[in-house]
Amino acid sequence: MKVDAVPRPPAIELIGIDKRFGRVHANNNVNLKVERGLIHGIVGENGAGKSTLMSILYGFYEADSGEIRVNGEPVRIRSSREAISHGIGMVHQHFMLVQPLTVLENVMLGAEGGPLLAAGASEIRAKLAHLGREYGLEVDPDAVVGELSVGLQQRVEILKALVRGAEILVLDEPTAVLTPAEADQLFEMLKVLKSQDKTVIFITHKLREIMRLTDRVSVMRLGEMVADFETAKTSPPELADAMVGRKVILRVEKGQAHPGEIALEARDLVVKDDRGVTRVDGMSFVLRRGEIVGIAGVAGNGQSELLEALAGIRPLAGGEILVEGRVPPPELRTPKGMRKLGVFHVPEDRHRMGLVMPFQACESAMLGFHDDDVYGAGILFDRRAIAADTAEKMEHFDVRPRAPLLKTANFSGGNQQKIVLAREIERNPHVMLVGQPTRGVDIGAIEFIHKRIVALRDAGKAVLLVSVELDEIMALSDRILVVCGGRITGERLPETCNQQDLGLLMAGVSEREHAA
Amino acid sequence: MEAFDAFIVIFASGIRLAVPLIFACLAGLWSERSGIVDVGLEGKLLTGAFAAAAAATFTGSAWLGLCSGVTVTVLMSLIHGYASIDQRANQIVSGVAVNMVADGATALIGNAWWGQGGRTPQLPDSALFNSIQLPGAYTLHDTPIIGPIYERLISGHDLITYLAFLLAPATYWVLYKTRFGLRLRAVGENPAAVDTAGISVRGLRYGGVLICGVLVGFGGTYLSIAQAAYFQPHMSAGKGFIALAALVFAKWRPLPALATCLLFGFLDALSIRLQGTILPVIGSVPVQAIQALPYILTVILLAGFIGKAIPPKASGIPYVKER
Ligand SMILES: Nc1ncnc2c1ncn2[C@@H]1O[C@H](COP(=O)(O)OP(=O)(O)OP(=O)(O)O)[C@@H](O)[C@H]1O
Ligand SMILES: [Mg+2]
Repeated sequence: MKVDAVPRPPAIELIGIDKRFGRVHANNNVNLKVERGLIHGIVGENGAGKSTLMSILYGFYEADSGEIRVNGEPVRIRSSREAISHGIGMVHQHFMLVQPLTVLENVMLGAEGGPLLAAGASEIRAKLAHLGREYGLEVDPDAVVGELSVGLQQRVEILKALVRGAEILVLDEPTAVLTPAEADQLFEMLKVLKSQDKTVIFITHKLREIMRLTDRVSVMRLGEMVADFETAKTSPPELADAMVGRKVILRVEKGQAHPGEIALEARDLVVKDDRGVTRVDGMSFVLRRGEIVGIAGVAGNGQSELLEALAGIRPLAGGEILVEGRVPPPELRTPKGMRKLGVFHVPEDRHRMGLVMPFQACESAMLGFHDDDVYGAGILFDRRAIAADTAEKMEHFDVRPRAPLLKTANFSGGNQQKIVLAREIERNPHVMLVGQPTRGVDIGAIEFIHKRIVALRDAGKAVLLVSVELDEIMALSDRILVVCGGRITGERLPETCNQQDLGLLMAGVSEREHAA
Repeated sequence: MEAFDAFIVIFASGIRLAVPLIFACLAGLWSERSGIVDVGLEGKLLTGAFAAAAAATFTGSAWLGLCSGVTVTVLMSLIHGYASIDQRANQIVSGVAVNMVADGATALIGNAWWGQGGRTPQLPDSALFNSIQLPGAYTLHDTPIIGPIYERLISGHDLITYLAFLLAPATYWVLYKTRFGLRLRAVGENPAAVDTAGISVRGLRYGGVLICGVLVGFGGTYLSIAQAAYFQPHMSAGKGFIALAALVFAKWRPLPALATCLLFGFLDALSIRLQGTILPVIGSVPVQAIQALPYILTVILLAGFIGKAIPPKASGIPYVKER
C-alpha cells in the first residue's frame, strides 16, 4: 500500500455526539474516528447506543448536539437524503425493506431516476447485474422481497446502499440473522469493498467476527465511547472487559452432569407448520433430569415447531410426548396445561411470543401466570403485589434498570430476555424449554443467562436448549442432538466433537456418508 | 327483447349508482395506500354534496359547485391528515368525528339557510352536470344490441361519470408506473423504509390525503348536482361505508376497485328495480337482502373464502421514530 505524503482525513469523524430519548441518555458525548479504507468494528452491550449513534450518522435521528465530519469536512446531516448524498449507506439492524414490493422496487425507492419508473428501472437493473457480479450479490430483481430468505433480504439492503454509490457502509449487526456460510460470504464481500478503498463500519456482538474481520475496533458502554483498539493488538477478553466494565468469563463454568430419570420423552414426533408443511418429521429423544440437551441446527430446520409442539402451542400431527413417563391427557396439551405439568418455555422470538412490547415490564413479567394467587385473588389484580413481585425477579436476574413500571419496549434486548427468563425460571419448572436464549444479547448478559441455565440443571431440572449458535450449544450442552430437515441427523457429546463435525451433520450429511 | 331492455335499464342505473362509490373508493385507496385510514369518507361525500349544491344554488354554476365541493372535502381531508400525521391521533376516532360533524353540520346549515328541513332548493338544469350524447349515438339508434348498448349505456352520462371511469386506470398508472406511486405504496407498508431512503414520510402521506380529498369531493358533487338536483340531509346514505367495503373487497387495488364498485352499483340498481315486484317461486323479493349483499360479500371475503384481503401494513399506524 502506498503511503500518502499528506495523511488522508478520516472518512468519518464524530465529535461530541449527544442524544437523549426522553430519560434515556443513548449517546453521551461520543467521539469516533473511522479511517478511510478500513473495516472498523463497534462493540458494546445491548442498549449501549451503537444503533443510535449510527442512525445519527445516517440522518435517521438528529443528534441533540455534536459535529459530524465526512472526509474532514464538517457536514450537517438532518435526513437520510443528506447522508446518502455524502456517500453514507446503512444496513439497519431491523431491515428497512418494503415486503410486498419487488427487489427492484425496493432498490429504486428514493433513487428512481425520474418521475416515471420505466426510465430508471433499466438503469437500476443494469447496476444490480453489475454489482451482483462484482461482489457476489446476485438476487433476482423481480422477486418479491417478503418471499426471500433473511440472507437474501440483507443482500437487497446492501445493494440499496451500493446502488446509491455508498463510499462508507454501515452494517448494524448484520450477522445476527445469517447462517455461518452466509456470514462467510458477507465477509468476503466486505473485504472486496475494502480493497476498493471503501470504508466499512461493522457492529456485532460476536468478538470472533471482530478479530477476524476488522482493522480497528471501538467499544461503547452505557452511551459512551470507552475504548478504541487496533484489532491486531487486542484480544477478545480485553474487549469483553471493556464492554462490560468488569472481568467477564467467556467460558461457561460447569461441572459434571448427573442425569437422572427421564423427564420428557418424544416418540416419532411429526409437527406441521401453519401452512401444513411437515417441519418435524419423526423425531425421537429423551430428556433427563439434571442434564442440558442442546439442539443444534441451521435456523428453520424444525426447531421452532419442535419447541412449540413440546410447549403445547402447536398440535402434534403424529407421535407422542411423554412427561414423567406418561402421555398427558388432551386437555393438558395446551401451554397452560403443559405448565401445570412443569414444562415451561422460553420462546425463541421474545418480541413475537415472549413479551408484549407496549406493556409495562411487570405486566410482561406475569404473562401466562395471571391466575396466580400472588397477583391478587378474585376479579381485580393487586397492582402493588405485581410490581413487588417483578421488582424481586428483577433483583434476582439483574435486570437493568430495576423499573417494573417501565414499558417493556424501553428495555434493551438483553434485559428483555432476562425478564422472560426470570418469569419462567423463578416458577421452578421441571422441564425448561429454552429457545435462542442469547440471540441479539450482549456478552455480559450472555454470561449471566448461561450461568442461570447451568444452575437450573444443577438443581436437577431438565433443560432442552435450542440455539443456532454453535458456540453456545458446545459450551452449555451435556448432549447435542443435531437436526436437519426436521430429523435428528446425529447425536454427539460436546467433549468429543468439533464444529466441522457438527457443521456436516447440520448440513444433512448423514452418519453413514459421514463415516465414509 | 323486453328482458334485454330491462337489463339495459338496470345496467345504466347501476352505472349511475356506482359513480359516487368509485370516487369514494379510489379516494379511500389513495389515503390508505399512504397509510392513513379514512372512515370519514361518508361524511366527506355528504359535505361535498352539500357544498356543491349550496354553491350551485348561489352562483347558478355547476363548475363553481364542483370547485366548492372539492375545496371543502380537501379541507376536511387535511384536518384528518393533520390529526393523523402531525398529531398522531387515532385515525378511526378522527374519521368518526368527521362523519358526525358532517351529518349534523350539513343539515343544520342547510336548514338555517333555506328552511325546508335542510334540503336545498331544486336546481335548474343550467346549474347541473347534464348528460351528454356521444357522437353517433343517434345514428346507431336502430342497430340491434349495439345500438341500445351504445346509446343508453355508454353514451348519455355526464362528465363526472366519464371522469370516474377514467380515474381507475389513471390511479393504476400513477400507482404502479410513477415515482410518486412507488413511494406512496412503500409508505403505506413501511414508512421507516421510505424515511431511510431519504424521502419525507409526512409529505407523501399529505399527498395521499390530499388526493383523497379531491376525489371524494367529486363523488359528493356528483350526488347533489349531477345525479340529483338538490342536496338533502343524509343523502350519501351509507355510500361512503359501502365504498370502504368495496376497497377491502378489491384488496386495495384500483382496477378491481372499479369492478367492485360497479358490482355494488348494479346490486343497488337491482334492488331498486325489484322493489315491490312479485317473482314466480320466490314471491315478493327480499330487497333488504340484496341491499345488504355488498356487506355480506365483504364479510365472506374477510372470512377468507375469496382469497385474502391484506391491508397496507402501516395503515392506521402513526409513524413515530422515537418511542
Ligand atoms: N427510538 C427510540 N426511542 C426511545 N428510546 C430508544 C430508541 N431507540 C433506542 N432507544 C434507547 O436508547 C438506548 C440505546 O439503544 P440502541 O438501540 O442504540 O442500543 P444498541 O447498542 O444498538 O443495542 P443492541 O445491541 O441491543 O442493538 C437504549 O436504552 C434504547 O432503549
Ligand atoms: Mg442496535
